[in-house]
Amino acid sequence: MNLLNKFRDPKLCQNLLSQIKEELEDEFRFMEVCGTHTVAIFQSGIRSLLPQGMVHLSGPGCPVCVTHDREIAAYLALCEKDLLVATFGDLIKVPGPGGRSLKTAQAEGARIKVVYSALDALNIALENPGQRVVFLGVGFETTAPTVAAVIKMAGKQGIKNFSVLSFHKLVPPALAALAADRQISVDGLLLPGHVSAIIGIKPYLFLAEEYGLPAVIAGFEPLDILQAILVMIRQKHESRARVENNYRRVVADQGNLRAMEVMDDVFERCDALWRGLGTIPGSGLAISSKYEEFDASKVYGQELPLVEEIPGCKCGDVLKGLIQPDKCPLFDTRCTPARPVGPCMVSTEGSCAAYHRYVL
Amino acid sequence: MCLAIPMEIISIEDNVARVEVGGVKNQVRLDIIDEQAAVGDFVIVHAGFALRKIDREEGLETLRLFQEGLGLELIK
Ligand code: SF4
Repeated sequence: MNLLNKFRDPKLCQNLLSQIKEELEDEFRFMEVCGTHTVAIFQSGIRSLLPQGMVHLSGPGCPVCVTHDREIAAYLALCEKDLLVATFGDLIKVPGPGGRSLKTAQAEGARIKVVYSALDALNIALENPGQRVVFLGVGFETTAPTVAAVIKMAGKQGIKNFSVLSFHKLVPPALAALAADRQISVDGLLLPGHVSAIIGIKPYLFLAEEYGLPAVIAGFEPLDILQAILVMIRQKHESRARVENNYRRVVADQGNLRAMEVMDDVFERCDALWRGLGTIPGSGLAISSKYEEFDASKVYGQELPLVEEIPGCKCGDVLKGLIQPDKCPLFDTRCTPARPVGPCMVSTEGSCAAYHRYVL
Repeated sequence: MCLAIPMEIISIEDNVARVEVGGVKNQVRLDIIDEQAAVGDFVIVHAGFALRKIDREEGLETLRLFQEGLGLELIK
């Protein structure tokens, strides 16, 4: 029996949907904070099947979309130095100050290579000892341990021409900032499956304990998502809030201890800038002094330049769930997937891009 | 960006596993997975690394719970 197919079973999904309809009283606003959930909810058709009164919001769950203008400016500044920059493909179209992106820099002659993994970047450094290679480290707890493992490998192999500019970000501190923001009204949170596979359930417990928010760790199949929604609605009904792990086939409550150990060895927590959300204390990962020879911010003295924000882009309000993407005045006028103004329109997982693709 | 896909382990050598899904083959590192992975296991793969093994029993258990809650008989 194919396990995955069962999690897409139309009959089960219909059944869950009718239960959701039955149990829904007036309105329920839920937010997901994972780009993969964003895409799954649109693509599977769940969004269009949800009963009236269910409001789906896409929070700050796509690492590309929360990349700050100042971070893009730092990438662009790095490109001016005599280096080879290796990056995940998602980043290269993200517009920064003046609408310039890594793609612009590449067209102007900067050496930028798209890689699938930090490991590929390390291999480029190995094969080209005369080149200095910098990997642009972005991503949440899912990606950070893979980058940490590669930095450790570089250390073991004594590689001198490889470093990482780390703008990794952590999900729970961002959720804490969102939960504390009184402007935002959310009845429940769908927690990201693969971030949770690394960090487990504990870092989220404060959501229920301190803020009374139901929150459910969910997988990415239609059944996973619908069931998580039902669980949240029931919690609201019963006026109790709990954090639940509904993705047990992948997420252990304690998380992946080995991955966390690797991550903690290489990185230390720092404050980080999130687009639209500002500085969130303790929400970033900087390379610890033990591995500073691999820290591009130290090796090349690359700081965060001060920049003017992109005028008109409402990504911040979109990421906080205050407005739906089509309420941004630039949506589908000046800002389209082909010519994005803000980062939420760039990555296929961005709220604006997903909305553009599936709702219009 | 955190897209992570389940792939089946075909072979393992040192810290590297050959994996496959739907005819697509790849190589992934086993440096950060916290369980003993073996040939035939499905692992969640992200950016060149295996993150976690998929626990088939837990998956079935989740389905069983669905089934009970709904009075359906999907899994025998
Ligand atoms: S539509 Fe474009 S400009 Fe408006 S919030 Fe989305 S990404 Fe930003």
